[in-house]
Amino acid sequence: MSARGAIAPNFGDYVPVAIGVVAVVMFFLAVEALVQTGVVNRFIVPPPSEVLGSFPRVIEEEDVIGRFLLTASECLTAGVMLTVFGVAGGVLMHRYKLLQDAIETWVAALASAPVVLMYPLFLVIFGRSAWTIIMMGFIAALPPVILKTIEGLAGTRKVLVNVGRSFNLTGSQQFWMILFPAALPTIFVGLRLGLIFALINIVGVEFLINFGGLGQLINELAERYDLAGTYAAICFVILVSIVFFMALEKIERWLRPVH
Amino acid sequence: MAAANPASDDAILIADDIGVRFETQEGPVIAVDDVSFKVKQGEFLSVIGPSGCGKSTLFNVIGGLLSNHQGIVTVAGERIDGPHKSIGMVFQEESTFPWRTVVDNVAFPLELVGMPKQKRIERARHFIRMVGLDGFAKRYPGELSGGMRQRVSLARTLASEPKILLMDEPFAALDEQTRLLLGDKVLQIQQQLKQTTLLITHNITEAVQMSDRILVMTYRPGKVKRIVDIDLPRPRTSEIVTSEPFGRYVAKIWADLREEASRGMQDEESHVLHQHPGTAS
Repeated sequence: MSARGAIAPNFGDYVPVAIGVVAVVMFFLAVEALVQTGVVNRFIVPPPSEVLGSFPRVIEEEDVIGRFLLTASECLTAGVMLTVFGVAGGVLMHRYKLLQDAIETWVAALASAPVVLMYPLFLVIFGRSAWTIIMMGFIAALPPVILKTIEGLAGTRKVLVNVGRSFNLTGSQQFWMILFPAALPTIFVGLRLGLIFALINIVGVEFLINFGGLGQLINELAERYDLAGTYAAICFVILVSIVFFMALEKIERWLRPVH
Repeated sequence: MAAANPASDDAILIADDIGVRFETQEGPVIAVDDVSFKVKQGEFLSVIGPSGCGKSTLFNVIGGLLSNHQGIVTVAGERIDGPHKSIGMVFQEESTFPWRTVVDNVAFPLELVGMPKQKRIERARHFIRMVGLDGFAKRYPGELSGGMRQRVSLARTLASEPKILLMDEPFAALDEQTRLLLGDKVLQIQQQLKQTTLLITHNITEAVQMSDRILVMTYRPGKVKRIVDIDLPRPRTSEIVTSEPFGRYVAKIWADLREEASRGMQDEESHVLHQHPGTAS
């Protein structure tokens, strides 16, 4: 049988990754060439080599590590809250049809609302603190987590539910042994989307209220017209995103190791 | 082995006057009407009928998944009003849990009864061997073929050690050769465990290959048209499909089914014409 034996790593598996890396390098080389030849104004877009060169300076002079950790910890707090309240909200709405009918549309509307513009209200409620930033990230990211949790639970194949019924599972067993694991991939799609929303809003609010983190650094460097430094700081925001996505992928594989 | 006597008193499963009626947009539909039969301990009974005759509805009634019905189902004298541990169900659709390995899938019912991990793994491996999947215990269903996954579902149901194995067209999605070979496997297991089995199918070959008796249903409303005793020697394998008596049974069942299948086809056509009156040419 073909499924027998260990699956040997194949050279072909690395080709897409290699193509992706080469494409990114080619893109930056093209931008470099366009800036160096004057086609693109270097006072609007700094050459990638200059951005790369500014990394040591930004790391040394601007406490990037501390800011990175602050933004990452805000993101982590919002992420944990999202997982707890977002997934629980989705589960409750799936469980109680009346609740779902009553508020699902409002939740969907919230997903497309520019929540970041409500920062003055959050400043009044939570003060000029990390909690304003965390709560804004959390609220903005809540809708996709709730909606995807509902979608995942509702999309559980009926035959799996019937298998549970045929084994006479209790409501709680049915949920934890069948519905929840079946819905996990979709719930994780919601969490990924939620984390994107949370990170955008967290960095955005740090930028707006000038309170710590990478958002504040981007604001300061932009005000100083340090374009290379600004882009270098944006790279660290991308790094936060990568770290969280990799962690989420690990958690998902641990919870549901599907091949 | 002689065919079981339907009127015998040692019946383990009794379906008495089963009737199911659904409310639809076009009015009430009687899916199953006045269906009564008995299944003896260790017997293999197949229920066969054309599409739309209420076979799967009957499967759900006997499995306790459909409660709003007329009539009574009893297992070993106990009335069934819902899913019951005496009845193990194998479904038509692929029903393994993709997030569990083969061994964890099969150990699922043992986990529910609180069997210690080591013991349930050993027990699950026994049933994995029985369905011929030794060596695949640590695989995930996504790594297996459709036929292998159905064998995992079968092993999982067998692990719950049901008094009655209830199967709803378990090989319907498989190709003919795999179906015949899996039929062999089911026959072998059924004969080994003396497992009382009720198979819902629309496949005449499959029904004759495996059954002691075949209950032929009419097209809507699904009623018992005839019960045919299959007096073919046991143990059987798929090789029996080439024998002359086998062919005679297939012809006999088809003679009964043909009229019903034609009625079903005509009903479907008139239903389509009724729904889209302007599109007929």
